[in-house]
Amino acid sequence: MNSVLLEARKLTKRFGGVIALKSVSLTIHRGEIYGLIGPNGAGKTTFFNVITGLYACDEGEVWLAGERLDLSRPHRVAAAGIARTFQNVRLFANMTALENVMVGRHAKGRAGVISAILRTRGERGEEAAMRAKAMELLRYVGIERRAYDLAGHLSYGDQRRLEIARALALEPKLLALDEPAAGMNATETEALRQLIEGLNRDGLTVLLIEHDMRFVMGLCHRIAVLDYGEKIAEGAPAEISRDARVIEAYLGQGAACP
Amino acid sequence: MDILLQQLINGLTTGSVYAIVALGYTMVYGVIQLINFAHGEIVMIGAMVAVSVILALTDTALPPAFILLTGVLAAMPVCMIIGLALERLAYRPLRKAPRLAPLITAIGMSIILQHVALMIWGRDPRAFPQLIENASLAVGGAAISTVQIAIIATSCVMMAGLSWFVYRTRFGIAMRATAENLAIAELMGIDTNRVIAATFAVGAALGAVAGVMVGAYYGVAHYTMGFILGLKAFSAAVLGGIGNLPGAMLGGLVLGLVEALGTGYIGELTDLCHWPFVAEALAERCHADGHVVLLGSNYQDVFAFLVLVLVLIFRPSGLLGERVAERA
Amino acid sequence: MRQLRWPYWLGVLLVAATLLLLPFALSAIGTAWVRITNLAILFVFLALGLNIVVGMAGLLDLGYVAFYAVGAYTWALLASPHFDVHWPAWAILPLGAALACVAGVLLGAPTLRLRGDYLAIVTLGFGEIVRIFLNNLSAPFNITNGPKGITRIDGLSLAGIQFNASETFLGIPFTAPIKYYYVLLILLLVILIINLRLADSRIGRAWVAIREDEIAAKACGIDTRNVKLLAFAMGASFGGIAGGMFAAIQGFVSPESFVLNESIMILAMVVLGGMGNVWGVIAGAMLLSFVPELLRYTVEPIQRALFGRMLIEPEVLRMLIFGAALVLTMRFRPAGLWPEKRHKQEMSVAS
Repeated sequence: MNSVLLEARKLTKRFGGVIALKSVSLTIHRGEIYGLIGPNGAGKTTFFNVITGLYACDEGEVWLAGERLDLSRPHRVAAAGIARTFQNVRLFANMTALENVMVGRHAKGRAGVISAILRTRGERGEEAAMRAKAMELLRYVGIERRAYDLAGHLSYGDQRRLEIARALALEPKLLALDEPAAGMNATETEALRQLIEGLNRDGLTVLLIEHDMRFVMGLCHRIAVLDYGEKIAEGAPAEISRDARVIEAYLGQGAACP
Repeated sequence: MDILLQQLINGLTTGSVYAIVALGYTMVYGVIQLINFAHGEIVMIGAMVAVSVILALTDTALPPAFILLTGVLAAMPVCMIIGLALERLAYRPLRKAPRLAPLITAIGMSIILQHVALMIWGRDPRAFPQLIENASLAVGGAAISTVQIAIIATSCVMMAGLSWFVYRTRFGIAMRATAENLAIAELMGIDTNRVIAATFAVGAALGAVAGVMVGAYYGVAHYTMGFILGLKAFSAAVLGGIGNLPGAMLGGLVLGLVEALGTGYIGELTDLCHWPFVAEALAERCHADGHVVLLGSNYQDVFAFLVLVLVLIFRPSGLLGERVAERA
Repeated sequence: MRQLRWPYWLGVLLVAATLLLLPFALSAIGTAWVRITNLAILFVFLALGLNIVVGMAGLLDLGYVAFYAVGAYTWALLASPHFDVHWPAWAILPLGAALACVAGVLLGAPTLRLRGDYLAIVTLGFGEIVRIFLNNLSAPFNITNGPKGITRIDGLSLAGIQFNASETFLGIPFTAPIKYYYVLLILLLVILIINLRLADSRIGRAWVAIREDEIAAKACGIDTRNVKLLAFAMGASFGGIAGGMFAAIQGFVSPESFVLNESIMILAMVVLGGMGNVWGVIAGAMLLSFVPELLRYTVEPIQRALFGRMLIEPEVLRMLIFGAALVLTMRFRPAGLWPEKRHKQEMSVAS
């Protein structure tokens, strides 16, 4: 039986003298919502950037669905099946919402310059399919009526949804969300939770970085905790909230500023 | 004559001019991460103003050294004012704009300055009067002229002066703090706008002197002289590690030497009559002319560019620059 | 699909008729104006090519004129008495485009991973290098004839029509510039369609995505290196085509025509018109081609009348306008006079 989707083996990343990730290994199973938490500067986003190929890691390797990822080429990682969002939303601001999602589908298309110039039958078919799929995704995340608006003009909540739709366009094996609830109000957060749960019910594996503990605890099946670049705990939410080292990492920080 | 030594002397001379101009690029880049594309034109205007003043004074009975000094002292404030105006009118309003916007503005300003100079001084090159008696001293098997000595000495003094200014004065500390982190420097009570403006002014003043040195060395000043000089000095700044002051000095000198040695030897190296096989094919021409030089010294300007490309590809942080982490 | 109504077709008809009759109206004012229009159309080609690189993909290329030079010299060397070869246009024009394309890839491959401002300086240097080589490749083997340039270049001849000769057809006199005008018009239409289609394609979207946010584009699975290289190659080949036509029309090329100022002019057209917007770029190129020419005919007499002598030469004024166009656009209208609007796709998805 192979239920493992993503396996990170001993990832180490240094910035000059600072060790941002210290031999971090973790395993994500198919169909779960996996949370990655930790205090500020613990290395969560670095971990994201390493497994998506944006940072070259110094040691370690990442396997996705039984294949080793070529971490030196981020676009290959994406095409292999890891789609991500960013902590500070990164959309293509001067493109419409629909176009943003269509860009997300880039790796699924094949049309090149020549077929685009000649508007071949294949190219037109691919474009139409791409557009239809993008529209469907916008509908899925609930912003289809903003399809023709520039991404930069959407509200913050809609931008976060759009970024998820763009990531979904890749039809990823793993959806990696970097603090998706950051800056959202209670209603928006609740809607987001439902969206993520819905995606998960449809079979998608989700990796999630989050600050909001309640959000993570209620949503994730399993959680790993990073502190100073090291994995200090891993397990079900209930275990994590009782773990002494986790409490120290968080409360130790909280105690410093009463 | 010792060609190697002679080229080293020539390279050291042009290299010290490149170093002074490169300081202007690197200082501005250091504080606001902008390639002040128009800096080369400021150098050109410095040369032009100086040559005008000097020409106006040559018929007077004043001592030549005084005339030269007056020329330099006239060029410096003009260049500083232009530098300040550039910063205030063109770059400051764009400080928060996307990266390419100030660069495009800089290119536009450079074109404008160049053509304003053309309107004022005309299309023809201005001959730079020989004020320093051009005696040559024999050094080993080569010769060094008084002009070359003056240029190298002036450059050394200016570099020392700038180092003192940047590393030993309050203002220098403010400047380095701004370069390190503009926002934090502001929080520490530094008036960063003033620091940035001053950086432009100091860079322009150095550029003015460099302009006079180039004019004196080659004996002419021309409205197009700033472009290629600017490109070379920028290459020198990148070679040393852009934003890094000692780097600009080192980069200038290295570039000057590379260029002089390259120009000195490229003809010999690409003389097809010395190449195996090719020489046989060209036997007739080689016999008649003695040489069939593929690339002669007229490719001088190519070296700086080659250095620039090689540095950017293999060591983008330059000789002395620190490796900057990629942002994500 | 939505039915297009008659005012639309009437508009198209009017524009077509104007464009077809334009050269005759212009030659009534002066033959020079047809030539000026032809050069303006060449600048539109160049601006559209550069727009792919700068406007869509966001890569500031300051040495674009090098590709123009490659196209022009390809034509000049292969269709002139210089080497005494006279290849046909259908062979040289695509060859020039292909060589320019290769030059674009050669320049792009090592430099495209550089950050934006470094790329600008390197391309600038590249443009200078190409000019230096054109100037000096006359010795020891005379390839380019150096600063003297290449003269007596063959004009275009297609399907038995010599475009350099005047002739009368149906009682209407067709001068050489007028004949070239129609060739350029057809080429313009082709290039325009190519640009519009590319802008709205998978690759075009990838270009814009890279311009907007390169890291997000990578995360979307775009091979940014190859896609940028493609932009360089496409832009360069448009430059090559424009260069070939330039050589054919002028009959003379020299390194003088391929200086930095030309690159800056083309950049100013793209920036002023609106980076990324095909129609804006065309308008920008037209505006910056014609306004200096109009000034050329007015500035001189006005200055003589007012001051009794010339203070500003028209050529200087022209460059001042280009410089000012760059500075003022960035300051007050960074998106250009006609900003890019990622348009609404009218086609409905459900169909």
